[in-house]
Amino acid sequence: MSANELRDPLKAARGLGSAQSGVAHWWTQRVTAAALVALGIWFVGLVLGLLHADYATAHYTIGRPWNAALLIAFAITAFWHAALGLQVVIEDYVHTRWKEISLLVLVKFLAVLGALVSVLAVLRIALGV
Amino acid sequence: MADTRRPLSPHLQIYRWQVQMASSIVHRVTGVALAFGTLLVLWGLLELAGGERSFDQFKICVGSPPGLLLLFGWSWALFYHLCNGIRHLIQDTGAGYEIPQFVRSSWLAVIGSIVLTALVWAYVLTAGGAA
Repeated sequence: MSANELRDPLKAARGLGSAQSGVAHWWTQRVTAAALVALGIWFVGLVLGLLHADYATAHYTIGRPWNAALLIAFAITAFWHAALGLQVVIEDYVHTRWKEISLLVLVKFLAVLGALVSVLAVLRIALGV
Repeated sequence: MADTRRPLSPHLQIYRWQVQMASSIVHRVTGVALAFGTLLVLWGLLELAGGERSFDQFKICVGSPPGLLLLFGWSWALFYHLCNGIRHLIQDTGAGYEIPQFVRSSWLAVIGSIVLTALVWAYVLTAGGAA
């Protein structure tokens, strides 16, 4: 530290240390995973139930309140979990910094877009607009 | 390139094959596949929201041989990621890290995913084929 530097080094360090959010990604990945265990099994059952359904039956079934709500939950959780997982894969294998950052941002954009479009599609089916 | 004849740490090709390697890497691969597979769900919802004609077209696409192959792969990937995901959630509690347990749970995830996939497609066949 130079003699002219009067600021306490602690001052510089503050705000640059742990933000206490280091395990947020890990936890969110697990919580979405746990939700997807239930929602995923439910979704497979829903699809199997609609195996030979015509348009009217499928439209009516998907549009029923519980099915629509669970389907929205499934879509949001699945895209969220996918974004978290792809983030880890990208961080592990893409070592060119600009490519890594670009891919990470792209995955987030696409996941949010996918979730939004899914929600709108389910709402349109459920509300009949 | 620098001279890299210094000792390197051994990688996959050095080790004897073990089921835990497969269960780990396949979890990643199926995870990435399912991320794209989610688009299949999105596509179906969009076509259903788009009306009867677009939904019927979706059914024809999904019921075609390439579509069925895609669905078959999608179902196995889902069941594998589900089984091995539950295994990982249990391991997150600190349980199951003894080597024999670890190997056994790996096999359990692999075999469980195959059984579940077979059950689902057996149901599809007995229900008169897909789409």
